[in-house]
Amino acid sequence: MLDLVAAPLRRLGRQCIGAVWRLGFASRFFVFVLLRSGTSFRRFRLVIKEIYFAGVLSLIIIIVSGLFVGMVLGLQGYETLQKYGSAEAVGTLVALSLTRELGPVVAALLFASRAGSAMTAEIGLMKATEQISAMEMMAVDPIARVVGPRFWGGLISMPLLAAMFSAVGVFGGYLIAVQLIGVDQGAFWSQMQSAVDFRNDIINGVIKSVVFGVAVTAIALFEGYDAPPTAEGVSRATTRTVVTSSLAILGLDFILTALMFRGA
Amino acid sequence: MERNVLDLWVGIFVAGGIAALLVLALKVGNASETFNVRDSYRVNAEFDNIGGLKPRAPVKSAGVVVGRVDHIEFDNQRFRARVVMNIDKRYQFPRDSSVSILTSGLLGEQYVGVEAGGDSENLKEGETFKLTQSAVVLEKLIGQFLYSKAAEGSDAKK
Repeated sequence: MLDLVAAPLRRLGRQCIGAVWRLGFASRFFVFVLLRSGTSFRRFRLVIKEIYFAGVLSLIIIIVSGLFVGMVLGLQGYETLQKYGSAEAVGTLVALSLTRELGPVVAALLFASRAGSAMTAEIGLMKATEQISAMEMMAVDPIARVVGPRFWGGLISMPLLAAMFSAVGVFGGYLIAVQLIGVDQGAFWSQMQSAVDFRNDIINGVIKSVVFGVAVTAIALFEGYDAPPTAEGVSRATTRTVVTSSLAILGLDFILTALMFRGA
Repeated sequence: MERNVLDLWVGIFVAGGIAALLVLALKVGNASETFNVRDSYRVNAEFDNIGGLKPRAPVKSAGVVVGRVDHIEFDNQRFRARVVMNIDKRYQFPRDSSVSILTSGLLGEQYVGVEAGGDSENLKEGETFKLTQSAVVLEKLIGQFLYSKAAEGSDAKK
């Protein structure tokens, strides 16, 4: 009788302890990555290689998505705004939604699925094929040599990708609104410029993308490093990276937006 | 060779990202304007009612932007709103200039309009505009209109 109550409680307790333990392990891992990132800067070539893999190879998907998001915003914004006779405000709409929200968030979501999953799979496989253990055997610190450069590479790439996404998106909105529909070009740009503030909108967008960059790369690297060294374990870790980092991006975005744009 | 190609691509990537940021700052945003207003002086104006005026709203004279609202505070001694503005050093206004809170268009944003006076001395840093006109509150206007209509109606009956 007592066991009937105790068993599910014990299971709940075990799950909670497991979750807290994993969170603690993840935090310690993150602190270790930061503490041992000296190697990344002494041998900056390693970081450059990771910027190539995380940033340059994500360029195509970022630019194409940015262009299409901007064009769709232009079309939809025009559709509604022209009912109120203020079709010129479509520039403001496109620029504000891109620099404040869509640029950092969508770029980070794409980055998580394009580069984050690759990082997890790579590190997970290195662990499964015992390359990580081999490094430890040779007294090479795998966190400093493998994880650190990937972290900094991802962190540097993320804001640049988000900025390109926003810039290309604004250009897409311009193509649709001005070139296709025929909104007045001067009004389009001048209303946009008077509405978009450098510090409040653009700098806050960059801050957001830096935070997302830290979150996505840290989650991806930890999932890879923590993955069970089997084929199934690596595939599950890769899935978890995409799901966890997407949720983390959306949650962090809400918190950052609440802090940055409180009513002002 | 392999290394050079990689460096080239990363260089293009970083340069592209910085270029995108610059485009956002200068073409999309108002950074060019933000950097220009460094030479400004600060003046105050007190209003009975500022309506929906917000910080960073433009200060215009004859329709030209001459400065921006820095911040707005409430004077608890005189129960009025004090609007602090930064005006570009290039533009000087006589001491008896008047300011009013106006609306661009019917539903547009509110801004501070400066009407130049005729004094020979110019307004200096930290001084206050003496003549002010509050924002027009649409509800009050409609209320007055309805009252006057009602009064007309009762007059006609007599």
